[in-house]
Amino acid sequence: MSLEKEIHFRVNGNLTSVEVPVTMNALAMIRDRLKLTGTKRGCEEGECGSCTILVDGVSVNACLMFAVDCDGRDLTTIEGIRTAEGLSPLQKLFVEEWAVQCGFCTPGMVMQGTYLLSQNREMSVEDIKRGIEGNLCRCTGYKKVIAAIAGALHATPRRGEEKEDS
Amino acid sequence: MTIEQYAAPETLDELTRLLSGGNALIFAGGTDVMPQTRAGARQFQPYLINASRVAGLRGISREGARIRIGALTTVTDILESNLLSEHVPVLVEAADCFASGQVRNTATLGGNLCNASPAADLAIPLLLVDAELELSSNDNGAPSRRVVPISDFFVAPGKTVLKPTEILTRVIFDAPPSGFRARFIKFGTRPALDIAVVSVGVAGATANMVFAITRVAFGAAAPTPIRGKKTEELLEGRLLVDDTILAASSAAQKDVSPISDVRGSAWYRRELVRTLTERALHDVA
Repeated sequence: MSLEKEIHFRVNGNLTSVEVPVTMNALAMIRDRLKLTGTKRGCEEGECGSCTILVDGVSVNACLMFAVDCDGRDLTTIEGIRTAEGLSPLQKLFVEEWAVQCGFCTPGMVMQGTYLLSQNREMSVEDIKRGIEGNLCRCTGYKKVIAAIAGALHATPRRGEEKEDS
Repeated sequence: MTIEQYAAPETLDELTRLLSGGNALIFAGGTDVMPQTRAGARQFQPYLINASRVAGLRGISREGARIRIGALTTVTDILESNLLSEHVPVLVEAADCFASGQVRNTATLGGNLCNASPAADLAIPLLLVDAELELSSNDNGAPSRRVVPISDFFVAPGKTVLKPTEILTRVIFDAPPSGFRARFIKFGTRPALDIAVVSVGVAGATANMVFAITRVAFGAAAPTPIRGKKTEELLEGRLLVDDTILAASSAAQKDVSPISDVRGSAWYRRELVRTLTERALHDVA
């Protein structure tokens, strides 16, 4: 039986307390304890990005983070980025651009895209590709993901304009 | 291993007191420790210590010629540092090759060095600038520290000179003199999230056409990140012409002792060492 520790943090705006084994990763806590299963369990070694969440506004792989290290922090998962009006602008663009094939990588892609957009920087297509280098899509549908993020960056969808090589 | 205590100290004093009995496994970002413990490659200890909350150990500063980087500085912090871009662009180049955005956001400089991978990306540029590492501990109630050159820090894969009671707190080096040019080349199968098959760092200053203050370092080519002493001797004080570069690239193969593993054979790594050394020297020439 592993040592457990009670931690207190905010997840998607809500104050939460949970007792977790000190060896547990944040991904297991989010999915199995908090039942927020939008965050996906992929490789569990930081390679695929499917479990990307925001911690204090910064994107991290939940699988590489100790759950106990969430204590006192502010977590945002895919369930927490919708706005009062519904899907976030980036999520809407994922829909409009059909930036989804099987969908497994999508929450991680949306979270990393959300982080990149929060940096308020001008980004070229190359910058966006670099930005999602830690997110794998095994359907290999990167082009439309890049188009969705680029669209959100420029606030107007650029469907049909993605001429760059993927 | 039963974990008896978990602690997330907020001061260095508190942290070093916790370490004074040894028996601790320390993590900061967790990006190495979490997957390693899950895979059974690293064992938990009776004390599990989260160092990420310790105040004063994150940040990059300069005092005169001395540049100091706190051990909790993240790889993203390094990548985005104007100070480092100006004075040690080669360290920023290495940070740029490091894992992925998500990993760079939490992985720390201290963690990358203490994990002591033979392929540690950030070790190579720090070997080029003769960085010194400040190790802190608690000596019978009094704070204690010692400084070791980075070239003496690594002992074996995953092993350093750190005692169980010590923690790496700062990386310190002199800003290289003007005219100092450095290049870091990491070879892998894809740009992101790849562990180097081989990495090579080369640096020096050219004055009156002669190459001086020569520094060469290799990653994933020996049991630890290493300086290439034979290559440096061959280059020091010479003109960086094609013949010298070719001779140095061959000498580089005598500096390394690579192994064969999933990422490449020893033969392939030796060939990479020669090719990348040559390429890096042409870049700084």
